[in-house]
Amino acid sequence: MTEPLLQLTGISRAFGGLKAVQNVSLAVQAGSLSALIGPNGAGKTTLFALMSGFLKPDAGTVRFAGQDITGREPHRNAALGMTRTFQIVKPFAAQTVRENIAVGAHLHVRSRVAALAEAEAVAQRVGLAPQLDKPASDLTVAGRKRLELARALATRPRLLLLDEVLAGLNPQEIAEMMPVVRGIADSGVTVLMIEHVMQAVMHLAEHVWVLAQGQLIAEGSPATVTSDERVVEAYLGHGTAARLRKAAAADGVPQ
Amino acid sequence: MSSGTKQLAGIALFALVIGCVPLFTKSGVTLNFVMMALYATLIAQAWNILGGFGGQFSFGHALFFGTGAYVQAIAQLQGGVNAWAALPMAVAGSALVGMFVGALTFRYGLKGSYFALVTLAFAEVFRILATSVPFTGGGVGLMVPLRESAANMQFASRAGYLWVVLAMVVVALLVTWWLRNGRFGAYLQAVRDNEDAARAVGVNPFRVKLAAIGLSAAFMGAAGAFYVQVFQYIDAGIAYGSVTSVEALVAAIVGGMGTLWGPVLGAAVLHLLADVTRNLFGELPGINMVIYGTVLVLIVIFMPRGVAGLGVSVRQSWNAKGRRHD
Repeated sequence: MTEPLLQLTGISRAFGGLKAVQNVSLAVQAGSLSALIGPNGAGKTTLFALMSGFLKPDAGTVRFAGQDITGREPHRNAALGMTRTFQIVKPFAAQTVRENIAVGAHLHVRSRVAALAEAEAVAQRVGLAPQLDKPASDLTVAGRKRLELARALATRPRLLLLDEVLAGLNPQEIAEMMPVVRGIADSGVTVLMIEHVMQAVMHLAEHVWVLAQGQLIAEGSPATVTSDERVVEAYLGHGTAARLRKAAAADGVPQ
Repeated sequence: MSSGTKQLAGIALFALVIGCVPLFTKSGVTLNFVMMALYATLIAQAWNILGGFGGQFSFGHALFFGTGAYVQAIAQLQGGVNAWAALPMAVAGSALVGMFVGALTFRYGLKGSYFALVTLAFAEVFRILATSVPFTGGGVGLMVPLRESAANMQFASRAGYLWVVLAMVVVALLVTWWLRNGRFGAYLQAVRDNEDAARAVGVNPFRVKLAAIGLSAAFMGAAGAFYVQVFQYIDAGIAYGSVTSVEALVAAIVGGMGTLWGPVLGAAVLHLLADVTRNLFGELPGINMVIYGTVLVLIVIFMPRGVAGLGVSVRQSWNAKGRRHD
């Protein structure tokens, strides 16, 4: 197997006494579409911040595209080809949608005219074309999520880290957004997404990591992971798996 | 014509019209008014680069103004340098001080009121230093001898000074135009609107802000040098006192932050107001500051986008009305 595009080895980070991420190792293969799931507060967004350089790990290494990038500044990682989006959207509110996306495009394009033109092309891909000249502050939640995605996509990333781009959307909007994410992956961009919408994880992801209380507790295909006892317990509470199983046949409590 | 080209044409027209004023009037009062309004435009535009486009609100822009003024005076007095040759030194000196302050504050991520307080403190420190060290003339100040000649950047008529400051304002307008139509400006506004989002898409906020404060300080330095040439005198209070800092930010905010023409409009409006009040109240000390304060409060409450934003709002509501009638 070739070297993975992104490889975390033994990553840990604590905030005071809170161990937000503990000894996490994972490898994202180039060209894959995978997901990071876990209950609220599991440390998923912290892990994203550690990958992209917004936070420095206390221990462990991050390798991206063959380089050790542990603790390297996010703007340098973006230049290398790793771009993240934010769960709490961060539009440049005073600027239009076109100008917002152009900031991302400027990573590879110096000319303003060319960057604005590229912004238009990217907006088309994510379905933002009709809103190009609106101020970003006028967008709906769904629009802002698309903008977040478009701005990241405009940097022409090799690896796109999507932090809950589907959260807060209604079922119709989710159904519209899923093919967009699929399309990005099909165009050759490696995608790792944090997602709570299980319908999307089951349909989109080839590989899933499950994080709970800062630790990886399971990984595999979506089907394997969702039937894993530890995963069920992490979401529904200690002992749930056992109780569920007792209904069928008696067995010992795991661990 | 694209909006960028239109703006360039606007700058050319502005330069032409204002540049022709001395050809039509010999009135010292009029020329002095235009000259001082242009000078106010220059410092407002300088503040606008960092405050309006970069979102870093400095309360101590006098720091860069004063540094430019002192470099201009000292280079001539102690270095025997020609006034025209001293000007780039003043600009560079101010830019360096700007980048020094920027490197210290932005390295530690100071923003908002903390950044404002640090710039204010730096201006005060420089004011106190300037009164204590010998080469600034201490409390007595520095006097540049009168040697009226265009070669010494000293003019018999106000027209000469008007053209010099107009040239500086035009350069400032061109730089502002470039901020609105280039990558650096896009990055600067991105950092202003959301620093983390900018970092995620490859912007280095430290470098962008450092360049912005250097650029902003350079124009303040040019204004300081110009001040010394016009009044041939500088002391610590004039150089580093808060009057210049306040004038720069009030004109920019009143006119419209982050716009091309806002600081021009703001400076013109404030100078007209100051002239009117001077006619009404005479030379009551501090009355201009009272006026500035009042105007600032009213603008911030009723026209947060400034005088330049008023045109945009009117156009938008007009368009919205048009759509509703369709």
